[in-house]
Amino acid sequence: MSVAILKQGDYLIASIQSDLSDTEVNALRHELAELVGVHRSRGIVIDVAALDVIDSFVTRALRAIVLTARLRGAHTVIAGISPDVAIAMVQFRLNLEPLRVALDLDEAVVALDRLTRGDHEDEG
Amino acid sequence: MKGEVRLAISTDADLVAARAQGRAMAQQLGFPRPDPTLIATAISEIARNIVMHAGTGEIVLRPFEEHDRYGLEVVAIDAGPGIRDVEAALRDDYSARGGLGLGLPGARRLMDGFQLHSDAAGTTVTMTKWRYRDELARARAERRRRA
Repeated sequence: MSVAILKQGDYLIASIQSDLSDTEVNALRHELAELVGVHRSRGIVIDVAALDVIDSFVTRALRAIVLTARLRGAHTVIAGISPDVAIAMVQFRLNLEPLRVALDLDEAVVALDRLTRGDHEDEG
Repeated sequence: MKGEVRLAISTDADLVAARAQGRAMAQQLGFPRPDPTLIATAISEIARNIVMHAGTGEIVLRPFEEHDRYGLEVVAIDAGPGIRDVEAALRDDYSARGGLGLGLPGARRLMDGFQLHSDAAGTTVTMTKWRYRDELARARAERRRRA
């Protein structure tokens, strides 16, 4: 598997290990939607630092992954978009709105803490 | 520059290989960052167009060198049904088969040259990116010309 998914407390950390095919990107969506239920996860980080290319397909797929996970009760933060990929996306005119992004894994976890705290307050 | 590389495209694994090859070739040619990523992203889009719309096709990576510049030509060839409205396919809002509208205009913005030819016999996309060998010398010459 080219994506390592680790459980870390209430969160799932999905680290993409290498460039992914479209099929693998779609598989990640199903797997995360399942695992959110298995581990009762409140948040997901998808670390895309190893992705060489974020094109129109990957952009759409990430949006779909995040929306699917949200319907399963988890927030998602995308982490680690490389400088070159960021430049390519801007020139292409791709954007990940309204997804949440963070510089790296640590920042993504901080962002998730904030997002999931909001959920608890709603419940209280 | 030495030889071109021809890559058969029919699966999404071929697409991954094509963009990796394109990136590697751009780096070998001396393209500075972020150009190899821009080239790989454009290749990804036109290779996916082949897989989605034609089923099979070919990507040709062709390095070129001229006296003051070097570059990479990327040609995507398929014998698929063709694109009925080429103008529309290059517009940002065009949406065919699952909203692929972004692909071609996006790829065009990443490259320096972009040509699309499509008829009943198939589709050929030719994209180029180039760099002047000595950007600084070129800028100076430009300034002298204008002075």
